[in-house]
Formats: sequence, C-alpha cells, structure tokens
Amino acid sequence: MADYDIPTLKEEIDRETVEQVLALDVDKYKYGFETEIESDVLPPGLTEETVRFISAKKEEPEWMLEWRLDAFRRFQTLEEPNWAKLHYPKIDLQAISFYAAPKSFNGPKSLDEVDPELLKTYAKLGIPLKEQAILAGVQGAAESVGTPFGANVAVDAVFDSVSVVTTFREELAKVGIIFCSISEAVREHPELVKKYLGSVVPVSDNYYATLNSAVFTDGSFVYIPKGVRCPMELSTYFRINEKNTGQFERTLIIADDDSYVSYLEGCTAPMRDENQLHAAVVELVALDNAEIKYSTVQNWYPGDKDGKGGIYNFVTKRGDCRGVNSHISWTQVETGSAITWKYPSCILRGDGSRGEFYSIAISNGYQQVDSGTKMIHLGKNTSSRIISKGIAAGFSDNTYRGQVSAHAKAKNARNFTQCDSLLIGDKCGAHTVPYIESRNGTAVFEHEATTSKISDDQMFYCLQRGLNEEEAVALIVNGFVRDVLQHLPMEFMVETQKLISISLEGSVG
Amino acid sequence: MTTPVLEIRNLHARIEEREILKGVNLVIPQGEVHAIMGRNGSGKSTLSYVLAGKEDYEVTEGEILLNGENILEMEPDERAAAGLFLAFQYPIEIPGVATMTFLKAAINAQRKARGEGELSTPDFMRAVKEAGAQLNVDSAMLKRPLNVGFSGGEKKRAEIMQMALLKPSLAVLDETDSGLDIDALQVVSKGVNALRDGKRSMLVITHYQRLLNHIVPDVVHVFSDGRIVESGDKDLALKLEAEGYANYGGEAA
Ligand SMILES: Nc1ncnc2c1ncn2[C@@H]1O[C@H](COP(=O)(O)OP(=O)(O)O)[C@@H](O)[C@H]1O
Ligand SMILES: [Mg+2]
Repeated sequence: MADYDIPTLKEEIDRETVEQVLALDVDKYKYGFETEIESDVLPPGLTEETVRFISAKKEEPEWMLEWRLDAFRRFQTLEEPNWAKLHYPKIDLQAISFYAAPKSFNGPKSLDEVDPELLKTYAKLGIPLKEQAILAGVQGAAESVGTPFGANVAVDAVFDSVSVVTTFREELAKVGIIFCSISEAVREHPELVKKYLGSVVPVSDNYYATLNSAVFTDGSFVYIPKGVRCPMELSTYFRINEKNTGQFERTLIIADDDSYVSYLEGCTAPMRDENQLHAAVVELVALDNAEIKYSTVQNWYPGDKDGKGGIYNFVTKRGDCRGVNSHISWTQVETGSAITWKYPSCILRGDGSRGEFYSIAISNGYQQVDSGTKMIHLGKNTSSRIISKGIAAGFSDNTYRGQVSAHAKAKNARNFTQCDSLLIGDKCGAHTVPYIESRNGTAVFEHEATTSKISDDQMFYCLQRGLNEEEAVALIVNGFVRDVLQHLPMEFMVETQKLISISLEGSVG
Repeated sequence: MTTPVLEIRNLHARIEEREILKGVNLVIPQGEVHAIMGRNGSGKSTLSYVLAGKEDYEVTEGEILLNGENILEMEPDERAAAGLFLAFQYPIEIPGVATMTFLKAAINAQRKARGEGELSTPDFMRAVKEAGAQLNVDSAMLKRPLNVGFSGGEKKRAEIMQMALLKPSLAVLDETDSGLDIDALQVVSKGVNALRDGKRSMLVITHYQRLLNHIVPDVVHVFSDGRIVESGDKDLALKLEAEGYANYGGEAA
C-alpha cells in the first residue's frame, strides 16, 4: 500500500544546519596529541582512545586529531535519530571495530579463496576477472592496471578502512588535479583539507556524520583547479571486507572556478550474517561556474531472504553550490543494504546555481529504504530538479523523503520534483514524504507524485512474447527508471540494468 | 498426414466461475489460415487468451495441442518459445521501454528458452530493418516506448512486426483490423500475407468480413456462445456479412 504522509518531524527541517554551515569557521583547530601505537587491529569499542588510535595510525597532524576529538566529544552528547521510517535493533557501537587495516593487504591470495557467491554477483555484473580480483581484495591485484569501470576511469579503492590504490594519478597531476586518499590529503594538502573539510557537513550535523567525523578511516579527496575539465571519470570503489567492522569513509571534492568533474562511486560487500554499519560523509564544494556530477551505484549486501544480515547504510552526502552559476548533480542507484538512510542534498548558495537529484531506489526482501534529497535555495535565481524512482518488492519498505526550501533571499527559486513509486506484489510499501517550505513569494515549486503497480496485463503481454517473469519485471522496471538511467555515465548504465535484474530476483512467482 | 499445427479438442474454459468456452473443436493444418468470426462477446478473445495461457482463465475440460504437444501445462512464455504468437486486440503499453529494446529482449528470451544463442547485434539490426520496411515502421518509431502514445495503426503494425521477427509456427490475430482505416489495413494485411509461407499457420479472429478481403482464409468458422457452430470456405464470410449473426442464436450484440 502506498500513502502520502504529512510532514510533522521538525528535526528533518534543517534550517539549523544551514545556519551552522553559514557560520562555520574551519580554521579553529590548534591542538594536538601523540599516541603510541601497539597494534594494527583495533578491538571493538568506541572511546577517546579509539579516536586517538585512528589518528595516530594515519600519522595525522595535530589539528586533525583535535578536529576528530571535538567531533567525538560532541558525539557523546547526541542521540540516535528515530524520525526515519526504519526499524532495526539498536546498534551497539561498543561491539564494532572502528579500524581494520587490511594487514599488508591481508585479503585472499587468489580468486579461489573469494566467496563464490560474491564472484557470482560480479560475474552477473559483467566485471572482468582481473577487476573482480581487485574488488574482492585479492593480494597484489590492485597493483595491476585494471579498474572496475574500464580504461578511462581513475579509481581510488577503499577496502575496509584503508585506501588501497589510486590509478591514473600521474596523468591527472599533469593538469593539476589532485586525486588521492583523504588520509594522504590530510598530510600532503593540509591547507585545502583545513579549508573545506566539514565546511559542507559540519562536525555536529547529525548523529552519523558526527560519528564519522570522529572515526573516519579513509576515503577520497579530489581537487580540480580553476578552469580544468577533468579528462576522465574519477571513481571510488568501496568495499567492506572484515567482519564486525564499520566503514566510515569520508570524501571531499572541490571544484574550483570554471572546472568540471564527474565522479563515480560503487560499493560492494560480502555476505555476512551480522549487520555491518556504514556511515559515510561526502562533501562537495562547487565554486563559481563549476560543475560536479556525482554518481553512486550502491550494491551492498542487503541481507538474506529472511532479512538476516546486511549493511546498515547511514550516509550524509551534501553538496554546496558555493559559487555563482555552480552546478551539482547527484545520481544514485540504490539496490543494496539492509537499511538505507541517505539524503544527498544541495545547498544552492551561489546566485544562479543549480542542484539536481536523480534517484533509483530498489528494495526487495526485507530491505528498508528511507532516502531522498534536500534542495536548500539560498541564492537568487537558483533552480533544482528532483526525479526519484522507488521500486518496492517482497516485504520491503521504500520511502522517499525530500525537502525543498527557499529562504528569504532566494528570489525566483525554482524546483521541480517528480516522485514515482512502483510496487511489485502486495506485501511491500512505498511512501512519499515531501517537505516544502518557502519563505520567498517569488519561489515556484512543483511537485508530482505517482504510485503504480506492474499490471497483470503488462506481465501477460511480456510473457506472451517469450520473456519469463523475472525478465519481464526487469524490463518493465528498467522502463520505469529510464528517466534516471539516462543521467548515469555510460560506465554505470549497463551495470545498473543488470543490477536491476539481480536485485529483483525472486520478487515474482 | 503431418501433425496439425493446432488441434483444439472439446475445450471448456471459465473465468470467475462463468463458463465462456463451451466445447471448442478446431484443427488447423500446417500452412493454413483459418478465420473465426463471431459477434462481440461470443468468446473469441477468450479463446485467444486461453491458447496463450493467460492465468485468469481456468480450463475445465479438453486439450490444446501445438504441433502435437499438449500446451495446457505450459507457462505463457514457454508457449511463446514453442511457437505461439498472439497479436493482441488491445496491445499493452510498456512505458520507458523502447520498442527496439523490447524486440531484442523478446527475440533473445525465446532463443534462450530454445537453447539457442543470442542474436548478434548486426543480425538483429538486419532482421529489424527488413521487418520494419515491410510494415512502414521507421527507426523513430522503434525508439519510442512500446505502444505508448501509438495510434491504432501503429499499435497493430508493431504487433505484426513482432510476429515477423519472432517467426511463430502459429499466429493468432485478435481483431487486427479494429481501429484501422483502409490504408493502415492494407499495410497490416500486406505484412501478414508476407508471413504466409505455406508452413506457418494462422488463426485470424475478426468481427467484420472486411479484413478477409485482404487476408484470404482457407477456412472460415462461425463462433457463437463459446463454440464453433459452422465452418466453410471464404464465401461463408460473405454470407455472414450479408445476413448477420442473427441465425446463429445467442443474444444480439
Ligand atoms: N474478466 C472477465 N470476467 C468475467 N467475464 C468476462 C471477463 N472477460 C470477458 N468476460 C466475458 O466473457 C465473454 C466473452 O468475451 P470475449 O472473449 O472478450 O468476447 P469477444 O472477443 O468475442 O468479443 C463476454 O461476455 C465478456 O463479458
Ligand atoms: Mg475480442
């Protein structure tokens, strides 16, 4: 059944966040500590020592440690939010290990040692063998040339807590682009990190972002200099490998004036009975006339058919269109995770800036998705566009939660929102929760929402032409998401179409 | 004698507790085109759906043999792969799925089910081009989502084009003439006639005799109240056109 909830939860309205962002002064950390390190692996639990350990392990400067400790202290005062339409047992942070360095890349020695189910999934996705080896964390594989997305994509792969390989760096460096792990950026480019880290998602933005700020282990850093069009797609491939680890990566992308970058993020995780926590933060900064395209294909383990295991994915992604006529677009394909809590957002601060959100969220089995976006119009003549396609099958629950707001100075703000849900079967749920808030009379916001089912007639028609039930559902769903699919880079489009079939397996019959 | 392509024996079928087919008997030998004519509501579409295996219908008695094989236990997609094609009276819209994409998915699904390899893209394109030319289906139409916003003529042309590509041994055409003006009717009929190759059999369902001037049948059957009540050659269609269905009982349509 579908419904149309009336927004009541004030926590979700993040005027507070906006004010924090506006007020932020990132240059205030001057203290430092040193910690002795004994061990490579951190036992479960979260204390101040955990934070010091991670920072020391990463050979971070003092200001970075202090930044983390500040976040940790704030985190201790926060409560886990409960406004999302999600149900799960309380997460015991003391049972999670917050740092799991792949001990000199302690992965499998060859593909023979990799979980065959995982390899099956890779094979279905059409990922070549050599690249499967990288994704599966096979020792030494990452040093070979392959990347998961073909030749013209630069990849930074994050396995558990550590960034392992960054390809094509030299080629990028020729045009002044910095593409490296965030740990390396902290050491090598402190002026940029200090200036921008936490400037879009403030340390105390929300429970999970604050946790991430204290314990983030790795992630990617990108800086595109003024006037440079990044000559290739940049990409991060995330992978949770170790048992009982949380993954807390942190990504920071800065597009300086008149620059352009397209960034792809892919995720996989092996099957585990336990739930694993993932709480990432992604910050994007687009300066004058700059454009950032950020695309995600999230395919983390969703749990088994009875709802056991799977990733808890609590992610904070936000882009700041800081410069005039800047442009940020988020495109996401969410098919994995037991729980997805994710609202990639845009702060449209620069006059004439533009934000876009294109989303495909598929839930099957016992998956729960609460995802959407926020478009916060601050500048004049800002515009935003939201197209969300939610597909619910099995016993899953799929909620679109979106906020569009215009502040007093956002003259002529424009938003168009299209939010479509497709239900497969009658045991799943789709919900649409739009928050619309305008403090400017010249703002024009349009919202359209539909909920539909795959009709028996459509199914019969496809079957009559020879497609089996699963093929028919996949084809119809691919048609349903076409408007969004078109916004994906080529590398992801084919993969996504296959992913749709895989994630809807067992949804009919 | 070779096995008939279609043999229906004493077929009874119901939907929602209501019996619609009440003992259909029909044999279509290889290469023959048979027409079924009958008033609206007599059960013609029901027969086509039951042949294709639509799940709402319950077969309570009888048999359907396709090329000698009983298909009643088969799923609709298995029947399709076995060579049965149904051109729908009201083709269904598939939003967002380009006609071309749909054609490729259908062809490859059937090939897969028969244990054949996928058609290569050049081979597929060649086949599409050939079938498209015959039916005035251009590449602009192939890019549009299947049947979405298609005119009546475009829908029927797309149906026949699928038939041309899927090469069934038995094609059931349900009111393919409905909603067509005379020009469209000619294009569609030409497309259908091009697929009469002496081997392929067809069951052409229609309410009006007009279509049978263009697709000339070998045998005409009159359908009334869920069964065939009379059979004859193509002149039977002309007689029906002149006298109407009144002589065959049942309520007036
Ligand atoms: N879903 C249904 N439920 C009940 N009766 C139906 C249903 N579909 C069709 N019928 C009935 O079955 C009879 C035959 O319909 P149909 O096969 O469509 O006839 P025709 O194609 O000859 O016009 C009609 O009386 C119609 O009302
Ligand atoms: Mg009919």
